[in-house]
Amino acid sequence: MAKPLLGGAMKTESDRPEQILRPGNTNCGGCGMSITLRMLTHAAARQHPVQLVIPACCAIVAPGQYPFSAYGAPVVASTFGSAAAVASGLAQVAHMNGEKTRVIAFAGDGGTYDIGMATVSAAAERNEDILYLCYDNEIYGNTGGQRSSATPFGASTSTTPYGKDILKKDILGIMAAHRVPYAASVSLAHPEDALRKMHYALGSTGFRFLHVLSPCPTGWKAEAAEGIELVRLAVRSGLYPVYEVFGGHRMVINVEPEMSLEALEQYFAKQGRFQKSKVRAEDVRASIERSWRDLRGLAALRKEG
Amino acid sequence: MTIELLSANHAAAMAATLAGRANRTGRGFGGGVYPITPQSECIELLCRQEFEKGEVTRVESEHSAMGVCIGLAVGGARTFTASSSNGLAYMTENVYAAAFYRLPIVMMAVNRTLGPPWNIWVDHGDTLLLRDTGWIQLYCEDNQEVFDSVLIGYRLGEDRRVLLPVLVCQDAFVLSHTMMQIDVPAQELVDRFLPVLDLPHRVLERPVTIGGLDFPHGTEVHRRQHAEAIARAVQVYSECQDEFQRVFGRRPADRIVPYRMEDAEVALVSMGTTAATVRTAVDAARARGVKAGGLRVRMYRPFPERELKEALARCARVAILDRDISLGHGGVLWSETRGVTPRDAVVQNYMLGLGGGDIRPRHITGVIDDILGREEAAEPMIMEVA
Repeated sequence: MAKPLLGGAMKTESDRPEQILRPGNTNCGGCGMSITLRMLTHAAARQHPVQLVIPACCAIVAPGQYPFSAYGAPVVASTFGSAAAVASGLAQVAHMNGEKTRVIAFAGDGGTYDIGMATVSAAAERNEDILYLCYDNEIYGNTGGQRSSATPFGASTSTTPYGKDILKKDILGIMAAHRVPYAASVSLAHPEDALRKMHYALGSTGFRFLHVLSPCPTGWKAEAAEGIELVRLAVRSGLYPVYEVFGGHRMVINVEPEMSLEALEQYFAKQGRFQKSKVRAEDVRASIERSWRDLRGLAALRKEG
Repeated sequence: MTIELLSANHAAAMAATLAGRANRTGRGFGGGVYPITPQSECIELLCRQEFEKGEVTRVESEHSAMGVCIGLAVGGARTFTASSSNGLAYMTENVYAAAFYRLPIVMMAVNRTLGPPWNIWVDHGDTLLLRDTGWIQLYCEDNQEVFDSVLIGYRLGEDRRVLLPVLVCQDAFVLSHTMMQIDVPAQELVDRFLPVLDLPHRVLERPVTIGGLDFPHGTEVHRRQHAEAIARAVQVYSECQDEFQRVFGRRPADRIVPYRMEDAEVALVSMGTTAATVRTAVDAARARGVKAGGLRVRMYRPFPERELKEALARCARVAILDRDISLGHGGVLWSETRGVTPRDAVVQNYMLGLGGGDIRPRHITGVIDDILGREEAAEPMIMEVA
């Protein structure tokens, strides 16, 4: 068996014959969602067929105009807040008919943190057999870059022109609190870990949640080539914790952060969105440390499962 | 075939259950359900049913109830849900979506006043809010009609020439909580009436994107196809009536239901249970020599324009009774029906029973007296009956 190159970031001959996101899509260069789908393609290799439900977000503009589609899998374009509900129905039909199809709800942060929150929460509570993947670019990218509840402290958006003065929601904490079979954050800068999680999430049953910090060069006002580096800085600094929670209980921290102040400074400096508010590493350090104290406490408590 | 004593809520749930079981050799049955007064008894009964191949999903909102139906339907299952009033308003985005995806979902709506202020009684404003969504709309006059309309709704909506969702409307409490004798057919008869759903565009493994980005020209084509499909529902409905009669031995009502209209000079047009009260008032008017007649609109979408035009052709006076109001205009039924009335007729709009006021024969008699005394129509009038 050919080993996946770069932990699955590259296409190999053992890959799914058809990419989930094919060439001809309309994504911006450096889009984290494109990379996520590239990895998901590899994770789905030699697995059961997939069906996607995508609400209003960049990913439903990406395939282009009817009747064409750059998606290499069937997609239902749902209304903005409905991905988890539509995916529930689709997964139920597959289940009733003894089909092994894996249904993936693939949504941005707006469709997950904001307008879809109640629906996602309800599908998690019912433990629907779906993989819910949130690619989080921390902004309403498709509508021109307005703030969402995933927008981080200090980031300028078209509706927070001087920088947001509220912390972003802890989505993984919220989803893990539903005691779903699997909830994990995914770092695109750690492809082996990312691929393992996607593979595990696709292969298991019940409600699974993956959170991907998805660089958006357009909205973050950053170099397209630096997306992965930005994610790496977010992980190194402790700003983006990479961990997984099984059944709402057993918790594993997958990447130890360096808690590097320098990485945090670089993370801010490399993105235009943080320049207006002049947010500094020291301003958010306390909140990062506090959330890590909580995480470590929980991880220690929940080691045994 | 058995006769059961059922409320319209339970009648709808029983019909949906039989229709759902009829799809057991197909892709199965399901639906997202969410409670709201006065519909809750319908989904409660549905949640007590067992399905060989099917499941009912208790969701967190009406929006998701329709969302789950969409997912199930796009996967090829037969689907049902029910709602009312503000629940329908909250669901509206996905109500549009269901029709635009061309999914033959059947929904039972209990007509209830939109709030606030909160009012749980009958008013047609909630389902008329959904007038332009591209669904077929049927308004019922009794519980048997609710039951039959759910069954015929599947046959009609699932027909390849139509492929549209169907809304079955009934009046809050007047029907929803009133027990009547219902002829409940055996499963094998329902199986015969409802072939297994075979949705041509259900998602499989073919990499198509359903509901993606559509540019103006694509949308023009899709709207035209949708308009043609809902227009075809007229012919397909009459075929469904024939088939229903062949299988069950009784014939569901036509798109419009006339009462003593043959020589009527004064016509009273209404929807839902108002039509039953109209019949009583028509009889009373006839007894005193007034040539009155009643006309019930059963299928509101597609609008029975041709039938209404023919039925009203010889009427000098047309009273249009709305249990709804389009604020800033008048009754919704009036605003559409007046376009098909004879040019020289006096066409007057009476909005009565708004917010569930009990419409009695004397109110209808008052309407008849009012229109008989008119040389020309006045502005739409709100008649207080409560």
